Amino acid sequence: MKIYQGFKQSSVLALWFMFLTFPILVIRVNTIEKVIEWRWQNMFYIGIGSFVISFVWRYLMKKTASVNKRSDSEKTESKPLIQRLQEEPKIYRPAMIILGAAALAFPFLLSTYQVNIMTTALMYVVLALGLNIVVGQAGLLHLGYAAFYAAGAYTYALLHYHFGIGFWTALPLGGLTAALFGIFLGFPVLRLRGDYLAIVTLGFGEITRLVLENWNDFSFGPSGISGIPRPGFFGIELNLQQATIYLYFLVIALCLFTIFVVRRLQNSRIGRAWLALREDEIACQAMGIDKTKVKMTAFALGSTWAGLVGVIFAAKTTFVNPASFTFLESAMILSMVVLGGMGSILGVALGAFLLILLPEYLRAFSDYRMLLFGIIMVLMMVFRPQGMISGIRRTYEYHGKETDHYETPAGR
Amino acid sequence: MKPLLDVKNLTMDFGGLRALNNISLDVKADEIVALIGPNGAGKTTFFNCITGIYNPTAGDIFITPPGKKHQRINGLKVHKVTERGLARTFQNIRLFPDMTVLENVMVARHCRSRAGVTGAVLRDRTTREEEEAIVNKSYEILKMIGLSDTVNFLAKNLPYGAQRRLEIARAMATDPFLLLLDEPAAGMNPRETDELEALISRIRCKEKIAILMIEHDMRIVMSISDRIIVLDYGEKIAEGTAAEIRENPVVIKAYLGEEIHD
Repeated sequence: MKIYQGFKQSSVLALWFMFLTFPILVIRVNTIEKVIEWRWQNMFYIGIGSFVISFVWRYLMKKTASVNKRSDSEKTESKPLIQRLQEEPKIYRPAMIILGAAALAFPFLLSTYQVNIMTTALMYVVLALGLNIVVGQAGLLHLGYAAFYAAGAYTYALLHYHFGIGFWTALPLGGLTAALFGIFLGFPVLRLRGDYLAIVTLGFGEITRLVLENWNDFSFGPSGISGIPRPGFFGIELNLQQATIYLYFLVIALCLFTIFVVRRLQNSRIGRAWLALREDEIACQAMGIDKTKVKMTAFALGSTWAGLVGVIFAAKTTFVNPASFTFLESAMILSMVVLGGMGSILGVALGAFLLILLPEYLRAFSDYRMLLFGIIMVLMMVFRPQGMISGIRRTYEYHGKETDHYETPAGR
Repeated sequence: MKPLLDVKNLTMDFGGLRALNNISLDVKADEIVALIGPNGAGKTTFFNCITGIYNPTAGDIFITPPGKKHQRINGLKVHKVTERGLARTFQNIRLFPDMTVLENVMVARHCRSRAGVTGAVLRDRTTREEEEAIVNKSYEILKMIGLSDTVNFLAKNLPYGAQRRLEIARAMATDPFLLLLDEPAAGMNPRETDELEALISRIRCKEKIAILMIEHDMRIVMSISDRIIVLDYGEKIAEGTAAEIRENPVVIKAYLGEEIHD
C-alpha cells in the first residue's frame, strides 16, 4: 500500500515536471530555417529523473524526521562523532601535525597559482570567523560585512597613496578603522533584531559601496586605486613568486591568530554574554548583562577581522576598486558561516574552504556553478540546518572544595 | 531599619489603559511576600516596572540593599537593576536553551565579574582565577538547587520542573538581596511544588534573601508567605497574613464574584 502510494506520488510529480519543463527543454524554435524541433527524448529523461529523485527525496526526509525525533526524546547528550574525534588526543594530535606539515610544504610543492588560491581560501576563513562572532555567536544577522572588508582595503590603499604608509603600519590601522566602522554601524541598529537588523546592515553595505563608487575625489570611483605595494620583508625586494609564498605564510599566521583569539573569546565571560544575547535578549538583560556594550563589542570585534583581511587583500591584488565589495561578497561570507555551522570554528573554516576551493577546482562546470551552489544551499537547509559541524558547548569541571552543607534531603 | 524594597504610589499606563493604579507596598529583610490576584490584575506588569523593563508612569521605587544606602531605581536599565541586587525569574520560562545548565548560571555571574576582551584573549592570572571562581560559585548554586547531576545538559533538554528551578538558580547567581519569582510553581505537579516550597524556605533561611513572588497555587502561597498582597484590576485591594486574606470579603469577591441577593 505504502509503495503504491509513493509510486503514485512520484508519477504525478514526474508528469508535473515534464509539463513544467516542456517549453524550455522540448520545443526548440530554429528561427533561421523556420522549423520547430521537438526533442521528446528530453521529456523522457526529465520524467525518469524526477521520478527517481522524488523517491530518494522522500527517503531522506523520512530519515531526517526520525533522527530529529530521536534527538528530541534523548535526555542524555551523546556526543557527535566529530566532537569525539576532536577530544581524542590520539587522533587529534597527529592530524594537527600532518595538517601543519602539509600547510608548510604546500607552497614549495605546488605552483604559484595553487598557492594563490589557497591564500584566498585562508583569507575567507578569517573573514568567515570574524562574521561568525557577529552572526554565529551574538546572533545578529549581518548582511553588510563586505563594507568592513572594504574599509580595511581602502585604509591601506588611501594611506599608501597619500602618505606612502607601508603594509605593516596599515595592517593595525585597517583593523582599527573597520572596528570604528563597526561601532559606527552598531549605534543605530542597537534596538533592531532579526529581519530589521538584516535590512539595515544590507543598506549600510550598499551605501559604503556606492560612496566608494561615486565619491571620486576621495576614492577615485570605479577605476579604483592601483599600485599598492605588497608587504615588505625586512626591506628585501621579493620577486612575484617569493611574494606569493610570503603572503601565503602571512595569511596562515593571521588565520592561526584568529582561531586562537576566537577560541579564547568563545569560552570567556564575553563569549557567554554573546551567546546569552543570541538565545534570549530579555533574559540576558535581566541577568545583568549590558546589551549595548555586548552588541558593540561583537560588532567591533567582528569587523576588526574584516579590516585586517581587507589590508591583506589590497596588498595581495595591489589594486582595489568598489567592485570587489558587493553584496554578493557579504552573502558569500554569510553562506560560509551558515553552511559550515554557526558558532563552530572548525565548521566555519570548513565552509570557507569548501565555498572557495570547490568553484576553483570545478572550473569545468563553471557554467553551472551558481546552479550547483543554489542546490547545495537548499539541500543543506533542508537536511542539516545546523550546518556541517554544529557548535560544541564546553563542559566544565568542578575544582572547589566539597561543600555539602547545601545538600538537602530529597523532598521534604 | 528601612525595608529592602519600598514602592510608593506606583502607576503604570499603557496608552489609555491604567494597568497599575497607585500601588504601594514594601518587602522587609528576610520576608517572603506573595503577590496574588486574578488573571490580568497587573502582577507581572508590577514586576516589569520594578525590574526596569517598563518605566513607570508615576510613583517611586526605593531600595535599601543591606549595608548600602537608600536609593531610587525608577527608570534604571534592566541590567542596572540586576546589578543593584534585584533578580527575577519569568512566568514563561526564559532560559538560554542551547547553553548548558552550568553556562546558564555562569552567564548570570556576568555583572559580578569584570574580565574584558583583553583578559579573555591573554587569559592572565586574574582572568583565570575569576573564571574558576565563576565555575565554582555556579556549581555550588546548582548543588543547592539540586541540579548538580545535570550541569552539562543543554538547558532545553531538562524536564519542566527542573527548568523552573534552573531559572531560580540563575537568578540567585546574580547575588541578589531580593528575589522576584514570577509564578515559580506554574505547571508543576504536587511533589515538585513541595520541593519548590522547601527550596524557597531554604533560600530565605540559609542565603538571607528576601522573596517577592507571584503565585496562583494557593497551597504554597498560604503555607510559606509571611504576608500576602492582593491585586485586582491594577489596584491593591488587600494586604495581610494568610489567615487575614483567607477571611477578607473583598478578596473573596474578587476571586469568586459577588453573591446576588434579590
